[in-house]
Amino acid sequence: MIHLQNVSFNYQRQEVIQDLTLTFPIGQIIGIAGENGSGKSTLLKMIAGIQRPRKGTITIHKASLSRLNAVDVAYLPDMDLFYSFYTAKELFAFYASQFPDFSVEKAMEVAEYLEVNVNVKLKKLSKGNRGRAKMAATLGRNTPYYVMDEPFSGLDPIVRESLIKGLIRYTNVETQSIILSTHELHEVEPILDQLIVLKDGKVIAQDELEAIRFNTNQDAVSWMKNVTKEKVTVNE
Amino acid sequence: MVGEGGYEMTQDFTRDKPIYSQLVDLICGDILKGNLQPGGKMQSVREYSLEVGVNVNTVQRVYKELESMGLTDTKRGQGTFITTDKARISQLREDMKIELINQFLQSISAFGFSKEEIVQSLLRKDGTK
Repeated sequence: MIHLQNVSFNYQRQEVIQDLTLTFPIGQIIGIAGENGSGKSTLLKMIAGIQRPRKGTITIHKASLSRLNAVDVAYLPDMDLFYSFYTAKELFAFYASQFPDFSVEKAMEVAEYLEVNVNVKLKKLSKGNRGRAKMAATLGRNTPYYVMDEPFSGLDPIVRESLIKGLIRYTNVETQSIILSTHELHEVEPILDQLIVLKDGKVIAQDELEAIRFNTNQDAVSWMKNVTKEKVTVNE
Repeated sequence: MVGEGGYEMTQDFTRDKPIYSQLVDLICGDILKGNLQPGGKMQSVREYSLEVGVNVNTVQRVYKELESMGLTDTKRGQGTFITTDKARISQLREDMKIELINQFLQSISAFGFSKEEIVQSLLRKDGTK
């Protein structure tokens, strides 16, 4: 389990994450939603060990998180041009050289399932295929946690659909968790266990998806709109 | 529906009900229509999860619910099977019928129709087919 205790992060004077306490158990797919600038990417980078909290602590399996034990987290960055000079096959070889838990075989299998040409340079691929290659590289790692920053962003519905199926197919809910940020809530909702809504660096709502539907008769999209509206402050 | 690239498009869900209960209804419908035969083997949780594009934990809950409703049996190491208990399936058929009737009655009374009026129209519609 990953636990954040009173975590804050700021860029100079700008508070990005404010006093956040959150737990991510194993065995769930957890969505992080929120408007642009709500702190989603910063939160994910901290969980992945790429950025360190200015205040508070992050622990993974009860050990304090650092770049060293962040090996338990496979991170998918929100970047379209990503090792663009490599082919997917070369990208997998590079990942294998960096991460002992990386399986070229699994990455190739995911790439085949997602129908990515692994012999073309990433910069020559369409945006959708780059998204697929990135997903294959991430799922090629065998880690308890996958942290994915906007894995579906800017991709067409068919690509999104295939990535979502790839996530179900190539992760094991008994031993792994996925934490992903997304704007495509409607499509992602069926695969989520719980949803966390961020606003101005704070959690304004958090619930299990089935509980949201059961208790409020709303899907995640309308629920999120409502909780976000309620929290709009006077000075906005 | 099969999308480009051969991916089956995922199931669409209504927004006001938990996904697991919509899937339970879907499977009950398949049992009643005979798409799933008594004694037939169901897909594994993972396979079904992939087919409908839904979280594995949610599908696990669906399978548990079906089992506690007595509609499926899980045999250790072999998988999940539709019950061979015909009486249970007839009971399901009756329960569903009553549920649908109650929903229907509620919606017609919401628009001020009487049962008799609707029954007459229903019969007429049947006759003119």
